[in-house]
Amino acid sequence: MLKKIKNMTDSNLLLTITIVVFFLMYIGAIVFQGKGFLKPQTFFNILNTNAALIILSCGLSLVMITGGIDISVGGMTALVSMCCAVYLDYKGGNVVVSMLIALAIGLGFGLVQGSLVAFLDIQPFIVTLAGMFFARGMTTIVNTNPFNVENAAFKALKETRILIPGMGSINKKGVYVPAYVEIGVVVALIIVILMFIMLKWTKLGRSFYAVGGNKQSALMLGINVKMTKFYSHIICSMLGGIGGYVYFLHVGSGAATHAQGAEMNAIASSIIGGTMLTGGVGNIIGTFFGVLSLSTIQNIVASAGLDQAWWTGITIASMLCLFLVVQSIVMARKKSSIKK
Amino acid sequence: MSTKTKRSASDIFGSILRNQITIPLAALLLLLIFNFVADPGFFKISLGMNSAGNPVLSGYLITVINMGSELAILAIGMTLVTAASGGQDISVGAAIAIAGSTILRVLCGKDSRPETLQAPIIVAFLVAVIVAMLFGAFNGVLVAVFKIQPMVATLILYTAGRSIAAWINNNELPIVSDETFAVFGGFIPGCPIPTPCFIAVACMIIIALVLKFTNLGLYAQSVGINESSSRLNGLNPVFIKWLTYVILGVCVAVAALIKTSRLSSINYSVIAKDIEMDAILAVALGGNALSGGKFNMAASIIGAFVIQLLTTTLYKFEVQSDALPAYKAVVVILLVVFSAPTVREKMSQMSKKLKAGKKEVA
Repeated sequence: MLKKIKNMTDSNLLLTITIVVFFLMYIGAIVFQGKGFLKPQTFFNILNTNAALIILSCGLSLVMITGGIDISVGGMTALVSMCCAVYLDYKGGNVVVSMLIALAIGLGFGLVQGSLVAFLDIQPFIVTLAGMFFARGMTTIVNTNPFNVENAAFKALKETRILIPGMGSINKKGVYVPAYVEIGVVVALIIVILMFIMLKWTKLGRSFYAVGGNKQSALMLGINVKMTKFYSHIICSMLGGIGGYVYFLHVGSGAATHAQGAEMNAIASSIIGGTMLTGGVGNIIGTFFGVLSLSTIQNIVASAGLDQAWWTGITIASMLCLFLVVQSIVMARKKSSIKK
Repeated sequence: MSTKTKRSASDIFGSILRNQITIPLAALLLLLIFNFVADPGFFKISLGMNSAGNPVLSGYLITVINMGSELAILAIGMTLVTAASGGQDISVGAAIAIAGSTILRVLCGKDSRPETLQAPIIVAFLVAVIVAMLFGAFNGVLVAVFKIQPMVATLILYTAGRSIAAWINNNELPIVSDETFAVFGGFIPGCPIPTPCFIAVACMIIIALVLKFTNLGLYAQSVGINESSSRLNGLNPVFIKWLTYVILGVCVAVAALIKTSRLSSINYSVIAKDIEMDAILAVALGGNALSGGKFNMAASIIGAFVIQLLTTTLYKFEVQSDALPAYKAVVVILLVVFSAPTVREKMSQMSKKLKAGKKEVA
């Protein structure tokens, strides 16, 4: 058994840790927190509330695999939801155009940040930190006060539920309630699958790993390092736009305070999911489980009665800290094995 | 003969341009001129009386110096951290919330609104210094020992910090009614100059002495420039990196004292909001490389006051406080674009071409 673990690659080892942690946590929740966690809907609610986070985390994993980082996604989410809300309500526009707005915002951020990082060699953290503050500031400039969207077509889309066949639970009145997911979850799952395929089996996907693992050797292999970095930021920001729209679809309002700390949650999910900050190692499936672990622990904390706002922040931070240290140890293990 | 004097003039001009301190000074001058053109009243300083009957100076410039004090103090620590670890601490705002919360907790004791102070201010301050140093040490361990990128490592405290601050005081909002506490963020009775200025000047003198009489500055720079070669030269890079984070912790505690004293209270989610951005901007504006290495402390401090001047100017033009980050972000992007190596190379090539063209004409 130990030998097997030793022979595992970093990526597989970290992925296994993540999945095991998630299942242990969920089983622990069922055992200690009672039946609430046994209901299928509890699980699907985790998906419903975190669909946007899954999409954002996919983008962040990609950037982190390429060796960069993007902390502007939370601000972008707020900006997208505010712009779409203003457009839908004040201008009475239609839903399809609002989706295009979201994509356009994502593309705009991607182009600017990507070219600054890739072609001018500026630290991604500084660029995206500025991007984050810019997005938050712009949100306030677009509209100061938070408000709910009353657009009929949008509301219909927001209320659309997709029932899961064969799953459900009996509520207190004895009525069978089928489990459901929102549209955002479907979008998120499609993106997870697409990203997984892209990273695993396409030339572009493999070049992300190559650039993140070792820039110099990637260059020697004939990969266009700058363009690869550029693409990673474009895709991440586009996913930020889509994620922002999914978030908007879930909450149905625009506010400057939306998605506060979403970038942190997305980074935490990616790291918990086994994406290395140093680049070159990562897995989208792991990221997916990372989001689930993160939200499960939030649910556990909330249902344990520690529902004050500060506990969530502290839990996420300590979990992130733990996984960062684990990564650091894995890296040390790799180095010592090379020395041997 | 004439060409010789010309060349020496251009040499002098070149050396001035190459001097790091020129960048923030030029920005300072630019902003001051802009303000002078827009409204000369910006420079008016008047001596008035405050509600307690003490003479106080007021005016936009005084506001800049007063409000810029915390930023200047933070810029000191941030410059050291940037130089040694090649990254920035983005948790300073959250750390200020923690330190401020600690000060109020010690001052107020169990009751959140006591009539008298429960502990001397100096004790509260020292406790806050220790707490802030501990959090700085935590960041430092993550960065130096576990070798996590500084900004990601400090992201942990950035998220958790304000929650921890609220938790220290059980989410209550303690108010200190004692007037001696308000002195640190206000005015010493009988002295018209705001106290934060004195605190900032004291910090600057201390750091100047430290840099003059110890090797801290040299070591931090050498670790930032090349970690492994400084290790081979007998330095301990891990300890030096860690030390810079602890020093930043002390700066945070001093800033927190001023911040909480201004309000005599605390608002966990608003206190020192976005100050990490300003502190990083100050370092960048000071012409220091954000990727570590050489630094110029005086340039950073001037940079901090330039940022404050920018903030005050924006406020004067009635920009909303929530919208401020957007403008500052544009400034940051412009700054980093112009200091990027590739852009600099292209610019120097362009200037060479221009010079060559001139020679041909001559």
